[in-house]
Amino acid sequence: MDQIIIYKIILCAIVFVVTLGAAAYMTWGERKLASWLQDRVGPDRAGPFGLLQPIADGLKMLFKEEMIPTHSNKWLFILGPSFFMLTACMTGAVIPWGAGFTIDGTFFPMQIADINIGLLYMLGVVSIGVYGIMIGGWSSNNKFALLGALRASSQMISYEVAMGLALIALVMLTGTLNLGEIVAQQDADYAYIVYQPLGFLIFLICAFAETNRAPFDLPESESELVGGFHTEYSSMKLGFFLFAEYINMFISSAVMASLYFGGYNFPFQHELGLEGNLLSAIQTAVFLGKILIFIFVFMWVRWTLPRFRYDQLMNLGWKVLLPLAIFNIFITGLVMYFTGKL
Amino acid sequence: MNLTNRSKVVAKKELTLMESMYLPAIFKGMAITLSHLFKRKATIKYPEQTREIAPVYRGQHVLKRDEAGAERCTACGLCAVACPAEAITMEAAERNKGEESLYREEKYAKIYEINMLRCIFCGLCEEACPKEAIFLTDRIVPSSFTRGEEVFGKSILVEDVNERVDVTKRQTPDVLSFKQDKKHAHNQTFQDRLKQ
Repeated sequence: MDQIIIYKIILCAIVFVVTLGAAAYMTWGERKLASWLQDRVGPDRAGPFGLLQPIADGLKMLFKEEMIPTHSNKWLFILGPSFFMLTACMTGAVIPWGAGFTIDGTFFPMQIADINIGLLYMLGVVSIGVYGIMIGGWSSNNKFALLGALRASSQMISYEVAMGLALIALVMLTGTLNLGEIVAQQDADYAYIVYQPLGFLIFLICAFAETNRAPFDLPESESELVGGFHTEYSSMKLGFFLFAEYINMFISSAVMASLYFGGYNFPFQHELGLEGNLLSAIQTAVFLGKILIFIFVFMWVRWTLPRFRYDQLMNLGWKVLLPLAIFNIFITGLVMYFTGKL
Repeated sequence: MNLTNRSKVVAKKELTLMESMYLPAIFKGMAITLSHLFKRKATIKYPEQTREIAPVYRGQHVLKRDEAGAERCTACGLCAVACPAEAITMEAAERNKGEESLYREEKYAKIYEINMLRCIFCGLCEEACPKEAIFLTDRIVPSSFTRGEEVFGKSILVEDVNERVDVTKRQTPDVLSFKQDKKHAHNQTFQDRLKQ
């Protein structure tokens, strides 16, 4: 029992470090990709291929002057980014990063918390995430920050509805809320994208909106709101807000990969003749590869599409995605009824 | 009223179903950005690479000396007249006895200034010069912190006796013959015109 607790702590640390490291290098990747898509070269001065750029950026952030506005609520002002960072890191706990491995007859799962309401936990944490932005923007005592925070909270709440409904159709198929089990089911069957293409599309769009990424980056809107909810932030507190966005992106890529694209499973994995720990290691690598592809899509979309107008955003959320999600549930139910799965 | 034949009638029409889904247009846009991922980068990594410039690039000016090392400029002012940006000013002075090795003609420019902030590097001064004294070179005008530093005087413009600036690229035989050809109005003197 002690052994498994120590293992879980180690796994926590690994997932934490990997998430942070991935997020740091996503900032580099984003800048590289953005410049490539615009026929530029991108950061290439700090180290080979600019690989030390995230470290330089982080150090720069740390050494910047720390400003707390006089008329802000100091405690809430500090709480905002901390909370946003905390919730961003929390979702990683339920994601199955691999099938797990066996050493001396003891099985070590590659999932920090194999809870049977994994999906609910994920949705819950995502909805608390809005508080970080809300508290941060409100406590700044600044019009632009408040507007950004309002936009962020209304956007995230609106798109959570469609996201949840898209997931309900998936849950109808899986019959479980356990993320580990959902991924395991996709080993025996096809990946759920085959059964839920519409659901995936809705989930993808909502994921863009939830992570405040372009084309849904209205809360930030550099060009209209001077940075939105983080207008008044400086130094590492601003760094936390920016960094948490990348962590969110990483985590939502992982969630999409595990819910709709088979997680760590890959086609013909049992025909390779590999067994046990080696196969498990390959599976984890494949899972990280899938996450990378999703991250690429996130960035690719950001550097292609322009930002929505606020009314367009609300129209899309409430008048298009919500009915579509309900329609998807209806269709899924009908198909399940007639194929006798119900 | 139709000014050109290129005008189009714009009608605000309803979007078709496919168009109102936006997804095809989004994928089209994403295909365009993806294609740019593999295109040649436009960046020139400056300190390591420099932009290739034409052999007849029109950069910072030089005031030439003749073979003996005397300044060719005679302060006739034709360059200043030709200059469309009015960047050139000069003050003439008479050559004294004993200065023959310094100045080629009996009159010379005591002050010769080009305001590099006004100059448009068109090369008309070079074209106007009857003494082959001013040329544009492939050197790039350095930046400076004040506007005053950008007004280049003779100390910068006149070439060093020991470090001649090569202007053969811009001083080809074709250019020389063009400058001396009396068919062109700019080479005609008042007497030439009277003769015609």
